[in-house]
Amino acid sequence: MLTMTHLQKVYRTHLIETYALRDFSIRVNDGEFVAVTGPSGSGKTTFLNICGLLEEFTGGEYQLDGVNVRGLDDNARSRLRNEKIGFIFQSFNLIPDLNLFDNVDVPLRYRGFGAAERKQRIEESLTRVGLASRMKHYPSELSGGQQQRVAIARALAGSPRLLLADEPTGNLDSLMARGVMELLEEINRQGTTIVMVTHDPELAARAQRNVHVIDGQVTDFDAEPSLRPATSGDAAVAAIA
Amino acid sequence: MFAYYLQLGLRSLKRNPILTALMVAGIALGIAASMTTLTVLHLMGSDPIPWKSDKLHYVQLDNWSPDEPARDDGSPPDQVTYQDAAALMKAAKADKQAAMFKLVLPVQPENKELKPFSSLIRATGSDFFGMFEPRFKYGATWNHDQDDAHERVVVLGNDINEKLFGGQDSTGRSVRLDGIDYRIVGVLDKWNLRSRYYDLTNGAFADPDEMFMPFTTAIDLKKRSSGNNSCWKSAGDGWDAYLTSDCVWLQMWVQLDSPQHLAQYKEFLDNYVNEQKKLGRFARPLNNRLLDVKEWMSDQKVVSRDMEVQTGLAFAFLAVCLVNTIGLLLAKFTRKSGEIGLRRALGASRREVFTQFLIESGVVGLTGGVIGLMLTGLGLLAVRALYTQYKTVAYLDWSMVATTIALAIAAALLAGLYPTWRACRVQPAAQLKV
Repeated sequence: MLTMTHLQKVYRTHLIETYALRDFSIRVNDGEFVAVTGPSGSGKTTFLNICGLLEEFTGGEYQLDGVNVRGLDDNARSRLRNEKIGFIFQSFNLIPDLNLFDNVDVPLRYRGFGAAERKQRIEESLTRVGLASRMKHYPSELSGGQQQRVAIARALAGSPRLLLADEPTGNLDSLMARGVMELLEEINRQGTTIVMVTHDPELAARAQRNVHVIDGQVTDFDAEPSLRPATSGDAAVAAIA
Repeated sequence: MFAYYLQLGLRSLKRNPILTALMVAGIALGIAASMTTLTVLHLMGSDPIPWKSDKLHYVQLDNWSPDEPARDDGSPPDQVTYQDAAALMKAAKADKQAAMFKLVLPVQPENKELKPFSSLIRATGSDFFGMFEPRFKYGATWNHDQDDAHERVVVLGNDINEKLFGGQDSTGRSVRLDGIDYRIVGVLDKWNLRSRYYDLTNGAFADPDEMFMPFTTAIDLKKRSSGNNSCWKSAGDGWDAYLTSDCVWLQMWVQLDSPQHLAQYKEFLDNYVNEQKKLGRFARPLNNRLLDVKEWMSDQKVVSRDMEVQTGLAFAFLAVCLVNTIGLLLAKFTRKSGEIGLRRALGASRREVFTQFLIESGVVGLTGGVIGLMLTGLGLLAVRALYTQYKTVAYLDWSMVATTIALAIAAALLAGLYPTWRACRVQPAAQLKV
């Protein structure tokens, strides 16, 4: 689904260079559920931003569903993001003055679907998260767990191949968190690849695979020895291939 | 997507009513101030008879003193003498010609319930109506034979016909002016003249003429002009001396239907003045002028410098309002950074974000424009009430309504450009903490 090889992200000021990701390589296969863990400042957020084409990288290669994203212009990146990726944020990020129907509608508008198809997709995805009866409600009228379900419905409505989730249960109590996690597992069972960033070891344990990040590098090479950073780029690419 | 963005723009306006009200009020006030003055300026200076303004020419002959020019810029006097006007009328070398002057006569109504009143009258030739083209409601103008016969006939304006005859067809009836009965041959329809451009020497925005009588009749009855009269030497005593003096008090218009006719008429005027020089008149160098309607209006400064300055100030006020709107839009769009980041993450390109927020600015402009249009209407009402000389030009016409709305939207889009550009530069990752 996605392959990053020797990826590098450097923040430069006129005084210093800060490496957020250094020689970062990872492969996520179709249909996998991968949890990315690591302490604060380890680079997992930067990894997810680059994964979601929300941020550029400064070196290395990134292939998303067979497309090399290096050098794509803003339009192409936006289209790719819209077609391939669904986002789930820790703080839900629903638009407060749009009702649930219109919130789920947002990515579909940019996709250019007709009104009938949009309506069908919105209804299906809200039904899937159990909120079909509340389409005309506004986010402020829902609990946190319900809001996250709407965000999941919005992420699913465009049938993305990859779901990126950042601490999806971080703002929820344990009961609601369990419900959201079960929903993500069900979505994954139906074939959608999920990459989830989390601090929560319990949550991470429910993923098929854990990737641990420290200081901008993947460290748990035992989990996937093929991705161990090589002394030379060719060796690493060969290992991935 | 346009409809979607429009819908989002309207929703956004409702979301922050106070901020929205401030922005809309800023645009509306700026637009109202600038459009009120611009409307007056536009109508003051607009061509009153666009289909033939290049064919109607105002005649100026330089019969002034050999010692000093009539005007500081060396141009000839603004009016002509009776003897020159009479000679030009008699020669009849133009396609149409009309000498004219204004006079005020007392009207003694048939209806005894109406008290006598003064009426503004234009003494002119029958060609006047064919040249300046007012529409007739009843009857028609008098003819050339009646001009030559000095007949006591009049054409009434619409308002005075309403006053004297209740708007009925009064042709064939009489009106008594200063003790003499005149037969009514025609009644004009309402004549919406923005300026009395055919007699700018007596004020472009003066009261309209209430009736018209043959020039020859007025001269025959020794009626003196109530308008401007300028002499560079004594007019002598008595009516006959006045008519043969070098005092200028008449306006002379000719209609020349082609450039050839114009050239021929210029030549005719030069010949005429050269002939007069042999008789001891026209001591100054040959200095005849034939200005068309727009040139004559410009020469007479129908649009005053004050009015132009006022309009400039009003547009400066609009600029201040726009700067204010830029600040408010910037604040509004900055508050929406989270939403912008989210939309970018969900697939909106920079161009789509730019379009969305520019349309939102356009919605502010449209709303401001509609309110500005209403305020402009009120502003013009105030102009009409306070400055009666502008009462004929302080009206919105369709072109100015369209200009108002277009200006408001353009102004808001202009004000929205920088905030919108800032909005589309928002880094989604920074807003979402993915």
